Amino acid sequence: MYDVTIIGAGIVGTFIARELSKYQLNILLLDKENDVANGTTKANSAICHAGYDAEPNTLKARFNVEGNKMMEDICRELDVPFKRIGSLVVAFSQEEMVTIEELYQRGIANNVPNLKILNKKELVEKEPNISPNAVGALYAPTAGIMGPFELAFALAENAVDNGVELLLNNEVKKIDKLEEGYRIYTNNKEIDTKYVVNCAGVYADEIHNMVAEPQFKIVPRRGQYFLLDRIAGSTVNSVIFQCPVKNSKGVVVLPTVHGNLLVGPDAQDLDDKEDRDTTDDRLEYVRKSAYKTSEKIPFNTVITSFAGLRASPDTKDFIIGEIKGTKGFIDVAGIESPGLSASPAIGKYVAQLLKNIDGSFKENPEFKSTRKRAIHFMELSNEEKNEIIKKDPRYGRIICRCENITEGEIVDAIHRNVGGTTVDGIKRRVRPGMGRCQGGFCQPRVIEILARELGKDFTEIPKDGLNSNIAIRETK
Amino acid sequence: MIDYDIVVVGGGPAGLAAAIEAKKNGIDNILVIERDRELGGILQQCIHNGFGLHIFKEELTGPEYAERFINQLCELGIDYKLDTMVLDITEDKIVTAINTVDGLINIQAKAIILAMGCRERTRGALNIAGSRPVGVYNAGMAQRLINMEGYTVGKKAIILGSGDIGLIMARRLVLEGSEVIGVLARGGYAAGLGRNVVQCLEDYDIPLMLRHTIVKINGKDRVESVVVVETDENKRPIPGTEKEYECDTVLLSVGLIPENELSNNLGISLDRGTRGPIVNESMETEMEGIFACGNVLHVHDVVDYVTQESRRAGESAAKYIKNQLNSSGRCIQTKAGEGIGYIVPQKVRIDNLEGPIEFFMRVRDKYQESKLVIKLDGITIREVKKKYLIPSEMERLIINPKLLKENQGSILTVDVVSKEA
Repeated sequence: MYDVTIIGAGIVGTFIARELSKYQLNILLLDKENDVANGTTKANSAICHAGYDAEPNTLKARFNVEGNKMMEDICRELDVPFKRIGSLVVAFSQEEMVTIEELYQRGIANNVPNLKILNKKELVEKEPNISPNAVGALYAPTAGIMGPFELAFALAENAVDNGVELLLNNEVKKIDKLEEGYRIYTNNKEIDTKYVVNCAGVYADEIHNMVAEPQFKIVPRRGQYFLLDRIAGSTVNSVIFQCPVKNSKGVVVLPTVHGNLLVGPDAQDLDDKEDRDTTDDRLEYVRKSAYKTSEKIPFNTVITSFAGLRASPDTKDFIIGEIKGTKGFIDVAGIESPGLSASPAIGKYVAQLLKNIDGSFKENPEFKSTRKRAIHFMELSNEEKNEIIKKDPRYGRIICRCENITEGEIVDAIHRNVGGTTVDGIKRRVRPGMGRCQGGFCQPRVIEILARELGKDFTEIPKDGLNSNIAIRETK
Repeated sequence: MIDYDIVVVGGGPAGLAAAIEAKKNGIDNILVIERDRELGGILQQCIHNGFGLHIFKEELTGPEYAERFINQLCELGIDYKLDTMVLDITEDKIVTAINTVDGLINIQAKAIILAMGCRERTRGALNIAGSRPVGVYNAGMAQRLINMEGYTVGKKAIILGSGDIGLIMARRLVLEGSEVIGVLARGGYAAGLGRNVVQCLEDYDIPLMLRHTIVKINGKDRVESVVVVETDENKRPIPGTEKEYECDTVLLSVGLIPENELSNNLGISLDRGTRGPIVNESMETEMEGIFACGNVLHVHDVVDYVTQESRRAGESAAKYIKNQLNSSGRCIQTKAGEGIGYIVPQKVRIDNLEGPIEFFMRVRDKYQESKLVIKLDGITIREVKKKYLIPSEMERLIINPKLLKENQGSILTVDVVSKEA
């Protein structure tokens, strides 16, 4: 019997798993997908918000501000990218400056540090490409940008290093209450566990309803984005929001930690929890809306567009806690924005919650808080590069020519303890195929390496999901 | 630091021809750097025939065409490195490259020839709506998977874009036992060569669906269907004409983009029309001693012309090293006029012209019974009748240098004059 089973290996699940691995527990991290971070975590704005958005005294406000404070250290411990570049909420009229003042006050109430209202001159100094229609902005220096799936992979690796068991390709179908604990039925297995943490993203309501009366509903709220080439990455210097106006939150324009430019999202409530389609009309809205922030966004350098689903709760706030009357079953649901920013604090809080419920958690004296990422070959000095190639010549072979990713890095990403087994899994770990050719040249090479390293046939290597093998058979 | 007289970046048809020609013009110390595992570039995956009609007066397959140049390169004893990626080129002509054997190396060159080729436009750049399932490929990547790796990609395909690779892959898929619903062209004509439309589509009863495009791709893990619409004169979708086709594969043949990341980092000016470097009559970029040829300069449709253009680059690089290129004297700039998309070269230094000069250009639209009018500072110096002009077929214009020398003027324009557009 497991002590804790965590349903959902997204950013929240991996944070909770890592936090619980600080104790001597049998922990299972479960996901229906064939990789970690394959839901909301893989498609979002990749922002660590400062915390002025949420209404004071909500879980969102509390965990956002707390999480923001923790994020940089955790990213450093786990060797994943984080840049505290600050955010701006830009006003385009004096009327909107009133809203900016309100946001400022809300930020103060939420304990967001160092907020400042900028006048036009100060704003233009910070952002030379800002629209001439901008009149001022709220500046939050603590906001940052990050790599959500890189962080989730790192958390999962660190958790597994510390004894957590990861089980993929297992979708929860049914949960029975036992005398003590729960029995989880997946499409493959039966799992007995003392405690359950439900962080199943857009499916968290359905998991909840397997053990208790419905108390909330999760609506998949789709958001669509454009990703632009690195040559567009310096269009802006910070995360730029538009002043929220009636019926529209506007879109965000930001550089990514890898130097691209990200533009989006819109918001659209759907019924289908798997519908990550992009649509022409919504992307057109994103494009038009972004021009309001800057007319200088070079949309002719778009390399791809994508959509993600927010797990939006009908209760409006995060739902975190033990289900009443259902001992040891913790919901961590409705973790929409600022969920990513809040996730470190949520992880810590949930671990504490379980510790209090159980009362006998013992610390894991062997807990290791750090994890080393793979070598990022192009960041090394020439001497270091040559030393590594001498040791392992595969670092001398560039597989992805847009992002300059070596075979050595890909092989490492496959053999890590939470290794990539799919083309997109490798892409999200070490970036081959993320660049302007979108894998046009490197994809056959990545499949070949995956097949070789995993001892599989070329035709068995999927793009992403289980049934997405690229080659269907040998030629005639 | 390793020293070479000429470093050629890219071992495809352009790089091979340029290196060979430079050697024939008296330069011994030449290095060709190729990122793939063999020389020949994309030719190696083009196993169909039709290559070499102009240069060899025979129909060769891509690998056969490449082989002739590879053999010659070896006979001439020209150095080359495979599986080697150029990471950077500096203005001082230091080339930084990397491979598994040498590690990271710096090479000092006296002249550099850029021959990196091009890449395919992707679904991402087109922003086709819908899901992101497996089964959507650039035609060139599918070509590599099928012809080089030996794996096929789907049972029922639709091809968006009527570029040459799309046309050739339509036939290739049929030969591989797949069904091809059709090849879609947004405009009123195929974007590939006429001969490919006949040999790849008509001969195999594959429909060419003019004025159609894909607006949506459906499918969770694998492509399940696409939504096709008709397009208007401006190539825009006509609402209400949506039709869904079941298929498991979508190939995209929607344009090629010269791979100028190295040129960009180097600070070489590019032409907005070609998306390749601006070059002069010697195929020299605006940075002295750095030359460019082949698809990195502008996208060609026939490899034979790549070879001819690259020979000029190789010969010029040799002359540059021997100090035989004249950088002063009268310089004519070329300008794409009415109906012309671009002209290469963009500059002509009259003193360097020994024989006839060849201009490459593409028209913007389809024209019949028209003529190309060449003017120097607005005064017509020559007219060439053209029965048929189409953007998919590159035009070559050969001008006697006497015409340029005897007439005054510093701007050469080419216009299309036609009765009916």
